[in-house]
Amino acid sequence: MKKTQVQTIVNGRPVEFLCEPRQSLLEVLRDNLSLTGTKEGCNDGNCGACTVEMDGRIVPSCLVLGVEAEGAQIVTIEGIALGSGLHEVQKAFLEGAALQCGVCTPGFIVATKALLEQNPNPTEHEIRFWLANNLCRCTGYDKIVRSVQAAACRLQEEAPA
Amino acid sequence: MSTAMFGSGIRRREDPRLITGAASYTDDLTLPGMLHAAMLRSPHAHARIGAIDASRAKSARGVVAVYTSADTEGALQPSPCAWLLPDSDLKIAEYPCLAKDTVRYVGEIVAVVVAESRYQAYDALELIDVDYDPLPAAIDLEQAGGPDAPRLHAEIEGNQAFHWTVSGGDVDAAFANADVIVKERILQQRLIPTAMETRSAVASYTRASGELTLWNTTQNPHIVRFLCSLVTGVPEDRLRVVAPEVGGGFGSKIAVYPADFVTVFCAMKLGSPVKWTETRSENYQATTHGRNHVQDVELAATNDGRITGIRATVRAGMGAYLSTAAPGIPTILHGLMLSGVYDIPAIHEEVYGLYTNETPVEAYRGAGRPEATFMLERLVDVLADKLDMDPAEVRRKNFIPKFDDGHDVATGLTYDSGDYEQALDKLLRHADYAGLRAEQEEARQQGRYPGIGLSTYVEICGLGPSQVAGAIGFQGGLWESAIVRFHPSGKVHVFIGASPHGQGEETTFAQIVAAELGVSPEDVKVVHGDTDNTPMGWGTYGSRTTAVGGAALALTARKIREKCKVIAAHLLEAAVEDMEYEDGNFFVKGSPDNGKTIQDIALMANVSWNMPEGVESGLEASTFYDPPNFVFPYGAHLALVEVDAETGQVELKRYIALDDCGPQINPTIVAGQVHGGVVQGIGQALWEEAVYDEDGQLLSGSMLDYALPRADKLPEIEVLSTVTPSPHHPLGVKGIGEAGTIASTAAVYNAVMDALKPLNAPAVDMPFTPERVWRAIQKGKGN
Repeated sequence: MKKTQVQTIVNGRPVEFLCEPRQSLLEVLRDNLSLTGTKEGCNDGNCGACTVEMDGRIVPSCLVLGVEAEGAQIVTIEGIALGSGLHEVQKAFLEGAALQCGVCTPGFIVATKALLEQNPNPTEHEIRFWLANNLCRCTGYDKIVRSVQAAACRLQEEAPA
Repeated sequence: MSTAMFGSGIRRREDPRLITGAASYTDDLTLPGMLHAAMLRSPHAHARIGAIDASRAKSARGVVAVYTSADTEGALQPSPCAWLLPDSDLKIAEYPCLAKDTVRYVGEIVAVVVAESRYQAYDALELIDVDYDPLPAAIDLEQAGGPDAPRLHAEIEGNQAFHWTVSGGDVDAAFANADVIVKERILQQRLIPTAMETRSAVASYTRASGELTLWNTTQNPHIVRFLCSLVTGVPEDRLRVVAPEVGGGFGSKIAVYPADFVTVFCAMKLGSPVKWTETRSENYQATTHGRNHVQDVELAATNDGRITGIRATVRAGMGAYLSTAAPGIPTILHGLMLSGVYDIPAIHEEVYGLYTNETPVEAYRGAGRPEATFMLERLVDVLADKLDMDPAEVRRKNFIPKFDDGHDVATGLTYDSGDYEQALDKLLRHADYAGLRAEQEEARQQGRYPGIGLSTYVEICGLGPSQVAGAIGFQGGLWESAIVRFHPSGKVHVFIGASPHGQGEETTFAQIVAAELGVSPEDVKVVHGDTDNTPMGWGTYGSRTTAVGGAALALTARKIREKCKVIAAHLLEAAVEDMEYEDGNFFVKGSPDNGKTIQDIALMANVSWNMPEGVESGLEASTFYDPPNFVFPYGAHLALVEVDAETGQVELKRYIALDDCGPQINPTIVAGQVHGGVVQGIGQALWEEAVYDEDGQLLSGSMLDYALPRADKLPEIEVLSTVTPSPHHPLGVKGIGEAGTIASTAAVYNAVMDALKPLNAPAVDMPFTPERVWRAIQKGKGN
């Protein structure tokens, strides 16, 4: 199958790759760019494990074609940590033990970051509804919800008044 | 023992790599020259295979090879069943790695394509022409054993895989003399474990040396090595199995699978590394399922609510073949637990394991114990209802009284320790049970339907001992082993055979060793998951890794300490009997300030310049720990629901779990296990069901169709505990991995039935979909 050349920005770095028209963004990230932090949970948009940020929105990367990344800004789990250390959401997940096997975790962290950027002070109800797109089989979501609340507090303390 | 680290909810050391995307799971692995395998799976539940024409596939672009069963003849033995249940007329059907002349479930492997890319491999699957001659399928568990049911395996009559019985006390007399008898038919629906990581295998074979490495999503790499060696013929010493990061298992990664052996076969045949990773759809069709019982159960009791006997007949669906550990699950892990937390003098159960044209069934979180707990807990509530007693009161009346060093039950087991009444009392106090009942009464007056459900459970875990394993036909040992190595610089390396897959035991194990040796957990590195650099272990299932592996570690660390004491006595020119130890410091009695630290001694032992006579150089020890008995965690759970009588919608309002797993090494990790376990059990009660149609097609074959618990449908899970140490365990610890699941399905079920009580609704089969609940409400109204 003829391949298409795609230019994009992944985690702040300009990236060029060749991909088949049918390849998903998830496959491109994992197979072409070796960014294996993004996980395939279902490949049909139901589990959220492959969630990445694309032009400021979160998308299930299994439902986006690689060629659609042309000119886009993509952020994956590998790009969430800041130069100086972990993102506040990651710190909160670490301190709150919000993960067990870790397969769903990259998707949860990317989704949580997006939630808190849109809604810095969500209620528990809002957190649960937002994260209903992401499946976790290990944690029962309890510590995830607490960690999102903790991350919201940390980010608010950090934000300029 | 230092308690500074034992009992502290320190952060999991696994997490930094997991939250940054740096962890490497099997599918994340890429080897130079690696090829990709895809499995052609049967679209029929039952069919004869005629001609297979793979010529078009073989000539497709990028395709390297296509293999069918004819190619593996002699090279691959059948996929083994390794729990040979005795006294059960066990009939094991041959489970070929690639189907020979018949397929028996949708998803069974018929052929494999190996290609340069995964896309090319999957594309080529569509170019293979297979002539299937479809046969009628045996699906309905209630019909599968009957004379008219289609037979799966020519040599196995009535599709009966086994018939197993457990009996204790005089059950006939108990029922003949009973004041009341209550009966239920309970359907334990088939469930799909759904680990978030699907299964995967990467095999790499070096022809020159005959060495094979298999990276595999498994809960038990050493068992995979053992069985893979038997199936593929690669000698065990040339076979290395690595479980890298493993993304959950819940029982579905215990079994060895045909697909893994086929992947190994391809790598050996082609001399190139081969990767196979299942899609989610394959995971639902071909990775093992759980539960699947039809239970007819009755309870005999006195008029004042004392249970005098339990009698049950269970038909357990095994699927088309017996998975690796399958026969032991609806029998040993189920029937032996029928006394539960109650003093029941007479117990009798017959279990019929039946072949059906469905995916093989294996352990699924709790494995047999949730099915036992549910039977008892449901029947106790039905009895309470019949006698117009409070369900808590009936439980209290029948509890085994507090015991701290062994209690025999009618099934033949000896529980280790328990105080069941204390657990229930603490739970009810926390919940304000009387207050909840009063609120319920008030709500009912207003036409609302809240329900309160209880579940009190005990479970058997920490599997061992090996002698028992042999007696019950488990084709392996049930011990664990560990090596602890102290380096000259004072750092500690731990090598352990047990291999966790999300439970955080790298952290827990480090805490155990740190506490025993008086070092920081930061100074303890835990190595697991690679058969080439860890001692033998039997795997993570049956909540045994901390209980058995943890004991092996603690005893090994204690051996190190004993050796250190001898060396310290020599260095301090004192008698060994005069030495004391505290928190990593060895000193002569009364002189704690003039001691030697364990790090000082580790350096001396390693350089070995001045050692006591007869003491070996180095500081390393190992232990093979075979437990003297199982451990028996227990607890009491309460669920609060509300049913919308107009729509049948069930809302879970509150959930409280009290679990007693003995002393908790890391309470944060324990709470996480409880949360996750509870929610899986809630999933069974409210949402989850693997549905097959009468032709054997899996209708719930994706995450869109199989309803998993999601964050918006759940309340906070409130976690409580009591602490009753196991008398026979070096650390007193029991297990916690499955407890939540074992308890919660029954608690939620009882809550919903309690809510429906004023509506006279009949019992509803799980899961409580709004439609089923609504229909039951209509029946209650006489509609």
